[in-house]
Amino acid sequence: MNAPTPTPATGYAFAYLDEQTKRMIRRAILKAVAIPGHQVPFASRDMPMPYGWGTGGIQVTAAILGRSDVLKVIDQGADDTTNAVSIRAFFQKTASVAVTTKTAEATVIQTRHRIPEKPLTAGQTLVFQVPIPEPLRFLEPRETETRVMHALADYGLMHVKLYEDVAKHGRIAKTYAYPVEVEGRYMMDPSPIPKFDNPKLHMSPALQLFGAGREKRIYALPPFTAVKSLDFEDHPFERTKFEAPCALCGATDAYLDEVVTDDRGGRMFVCSDTDHCEERRAAGHRGAMLADTAGNEENVR
Amino acid sequence: MYVSVKGGEAAIRRAHRLLADRRRGSRDVAEIGSDQIAEQLTLAVDRVMNEGSLHDRALAALAIKQARGDLVEAAFLVRAYRTTLPRFGASRPIDTAEMVVERRISATYKDLPGGQILGPTFDYTHRLIDFGLEEASETPGPEAADALPVTPGSTPRVTELLAREGLVEVEPRGEDGEVGDLTRSPLRIPAKRDVRLQQLARGDEGFLLALGYSTQRGFGSTHPFAGEIRIGRVEVEFDVAELGFAVPLGEITVSECQMINQFSGSAKVAPTFTRGYGLAFGQAERKVMAMALVDRALRTEELGGEVIAPAQDQEFVLAHADNVQATGFVEHLKLPHYVDFQAELALVRAMRAEHAARAEADAADVVEDHFEEAAE
Repeated sequence: MNAPTPTPATGYAFAYLDEQTKRMIRRAILKAVAIPGHQVPFASRDMPMPYGWGTGGIQVTAAILGRSDVLKVIDQGADDTTNAVSIRAFFQKTASVAVTTKTAEATVIQTRHRIPEKPLTAGQTLVFQVPIPEPLRFLEPRETETRVMHALADYGLMHVKLYEDVAKHGRIAKTYAYPVEVEGRYMMDPSPIPKFDNPKLHMSPALQLFGAGREKRIYALPPFTAVKSLDFEDHPFERTKFEAPCALCGATDAYLDEVVTDDRGGRMFVCSDTDHCEERRAAGHRGAMLADTAGNEENVR
Repeated sequence: MYVSVKGGEAAIRRAHRLLADRRRGSRDVAEIGSDQIAEQLTLAVDRVMNEGSLHDRALAALAIKQARGDLVEAAFLVRAYRTTLPRFGASRPIDTAEMVVERRISATYKDLPGGQILGPTFDYTHRLIDFGLEEASETPGPEAADALPVTPGSTPRVTELLAREGLVEVEPRGEDGEVGDLTRSPLRIPAKRDVRLQQLARGDEGFLLALGYSTQRGFGSTHPFAGEIRIGRVEVEFDVAELGFAVPLGEITVSECQMINQFSGSAKVAPTFTRGYGLAFGQAERKVMAMALVDRALRTEELGGEVIAPAQDQEFVLAHADNVQATGFVEHLKLPHYVDFQAELALVRAMRAEHAARAEADAADVVEDHFEEAAE
């Protein structure tokens, strides 16, 4: 990171939360790891960031962070979105941990809405920020009801909803926060990642933790957990595909952001995962927009 | 050509500097002191203490200054600070019968032991803007008779007068032991009354006001009477295990409202009056009245009634009363969502293309049909 390291905050415990709170959160995490996909209630604290800005993920990260950890924070796949910058600065300030933008170097990655393109490895932990942890919430607003449905593994409501999608639109019309089934038991909301990222959840060697601060829930996918995106035999799950490769690095297997370049319909598609894109460019890959200006990236950024 | 939201770091730094500048306002005007806020905007301070869930006037006043007068933002600042404070335990229940009463009114009795005391109320002011306040002027102190007594006299609560006749439900004594605290254990529905009252006390005044109002307009009517509203100072005591007795921690000002509600009885219970309860820090009359209405509405099920209105619905009320949570989630919509939006864009484009193709095919069919008919 080129940015100056923020001065450490004084008067606060390591990573902001006091030790009792961190212990309480760790216990919730342990329980969540023991029951993959099950939502564990925890006594979420009021944090110095607003609810909806990732207070759940921040509390999970604060509870698992050690002094030797290397932290990466992304929002929409990018390290330099304002909220990612702000959360990273918060942990630099309160925990003085090393930070990185490189997926491979990080031991803890906190994310909002994406899973990095580079496959995660054993020993890494991915922390998701979750707005609504309950996959059934928009079908049944009552917690008392959905709790019973999970207890009985009664997920008919969701299957009917997906079937109705197929009947009405000819396909499952869910593109993000696409529900999954964990180890054949719990239905889980993978947080609002695009369904493009869903296959990465399956059998990941990394530990995946999900924190929902406002809703006070933690859930987890321990390494090598079977995660299946819901579908039907005749309408199998399909990953979102892009027609054009990344305009900067030429990647054809990455999730792309559409960038409007003018008001006459001009647009380009670029990698949402900025680290992935930079790494590919550093390795000499060139997309269409970069072909002319190879080696002169400053003009482009 | 490719201009995206980059350089978040510098943008945030500059935004914060701008924010500080706007907070200060014109440098030609003297900077407001948080002591002035604590002394002269007392009701705002009270509200921030309630919704911030922390009794600390100086801190709440400072938060109001920092938040540029945005009270929800100020409550949020106080909440975040509260997170970092250790919790030693729970005080003894305060005894509002022993209150040093500054205001005490009952709408159910013309006169009663302890009397009706108007105190510092807006109730009978005419809401005419007082242009005299534009200039600083001497404000006379209260009349000698209105100086507060130093030691509390006992003022019995109205509900106790009714209880003596057996006309009001006997408040079930809370179980001894731990008082629920939803800042230490997450809210579970159905929630017990201690936790419900805690959430209402922390809850947004505007939200409770609207809900209370809705019960008055037929969405879960509770037939309420304002049995009593009292505002004054009470002593807070804390049991110290090592000492074996309670130690006074100091005095706080609270507002309390006891609503008395008509209740026609059920199979198990004879007709009687029931209660709704409201309690808050400082002078927060609107808040405690609304809270008492909502508290009673939330007891509908326990009293054998049918839950039909929003104010009676625990999940609806308790899950949405917290304005720090609400404002966070509503406002988070301004954070980037372009990854998800991209996924939706692709889907809508594909579905529109299919729709257009279908429409074209249908149109072609119609033309064909037409020709076939013509041929017949």
